[in-house]
Amino acid sequence: MSATPLLALVDLACLRGGRLLFEGLSLRLAPGGAAIVGGPNGSGKSSLLRIVAGLLRPAAGRVMRSGRPALADEAAALDERLTLGQALGFWARLDGVAAEPGIEAMGIAHLRQVPVRMLSAGQRKRAALARVVASGALLWLLDEPGNALDSDGQALLSAAMAAQRARGGAVLAATHQPLGLDDAAVVRLGG
Amino acid sequence: MRALILRELRLAGTGGHMLLPLIFFLLVAALFPFAVGPDRPLLARTGGGALWMAALLAALLPVERLIEPDRANGVLDQFAVRGLNEENVATAKLVGHWLSFGPPLMIAAIPAAALMKLPAALLQRLELGLLVGTPGLAALTLMVAGLTAGLRGSGALAGLLMLPLAVPILIFGAGLAEQENAAGALKLLAAVSLLLVAASPFVTGAAIRAGRSC
Repeated sequence: MSATPLLALVDLACLRGGRLLFEGLSLRLAPGGAAIVGGPNGSGKSSLLRIVAGLLRPAAGRVMRSGRPALADEAAALDERLTLGQALGFWARLDGVAAEPGIEAMGIAHLRQVPVRMLSAGQRKRAALARVVASGALLWLLDEPGNALDSDGQALLSAAMAAQRARGGAVLAATHQPLGLDDAAVVRLGG
Repeated sequence: MRALILRELRLAGTGGHMLLPLIFFLLVAALFPFAVGPDRPLLARTGGGALWMAALLAALLPVERLIEPDRANGVLDQFAVRGLNEENVATAKLVGHWLSFGPPLMIAAIPAAALMKLPAALLQRLELGLLVGTPGLAALTLMVAGLTAGLRGSGALAGLLMLPLAVPILIFGAGLAEQENAAGALKLLAAVSLLLVAASPFVTGAAIRAGRSC
């Protein structure tokens, strides 16, 4: 753990709507590392990810990141009227990368010409994960990445996360189901 | 920035979003002579103001699709994660929205003026007024869209917020119809429009950020 961490959380606290969700949370993610955020519904898993992504301000504590993360949360953030290829292409251009590696990694190449509004929940999830894979970001923030995925999709997700860690990236995933990250650090919120 | 503006134009171009305000504008122009009667001098006197009223109401139509879909869909969050600040996103939306609203409205004003039998000189002043005033209207629509994003029944609230704020544009825009006051009205219209355009990215950006934390 001597390498500079990709993510360091120091004494983080989260206050939502006057309710303290968690406090004193510290975590380090080195290159190749992974952490799973667990806990019951409403314990602040998504809020923690949004704080790390910079979308929410913590009530206390500090977030130190090296580089920009890539976030996949419940919202697909794909334009409904475009085809999947166009919608992912927009984000890839914004990120200055190619969309193809992500599309291949999540096994949605055959859906390229399908309008986003026709896609199922699982297919949208795969698309959101494909954007994360393509982004090239070293830190992945995944909120319930396994939701709505079939077993094939979950296998592709595990493979993508393994590849991300092998190339020196890190994964922070909030989930209540096994993701194939057996050696990951576990952060339990609430309860 | 250019990618964001192009995206706005593509969103406006698909699904008839761009056409809706135009059709509405023309419909009001077509209905107005039915309401006041086919009296040519009366139409020429009131037509300019009526078209400004129609333009204002047409500007209100896109308010629900400018910010809310992107907020609900997580697009604004993804922009933020990529380090694009909300003011830049709002500026791109303003440019994209005006391009899909202002020039088409100016073109639609030509048949609308014909429906009211407005004299050519008045049409010219009307077009000039729309060129100067529609950026202000677009900016106001965007601000209200940002402020009401995520609220239930935002459409009705948006009307209540926006119409009073649009009064100066309406007064000076319609004031252009009178030849003797035209120069002064144009300057004041430009001033109001400029103020709205300058404020819009900051108000909208702050509204997007505020909407995220609750």
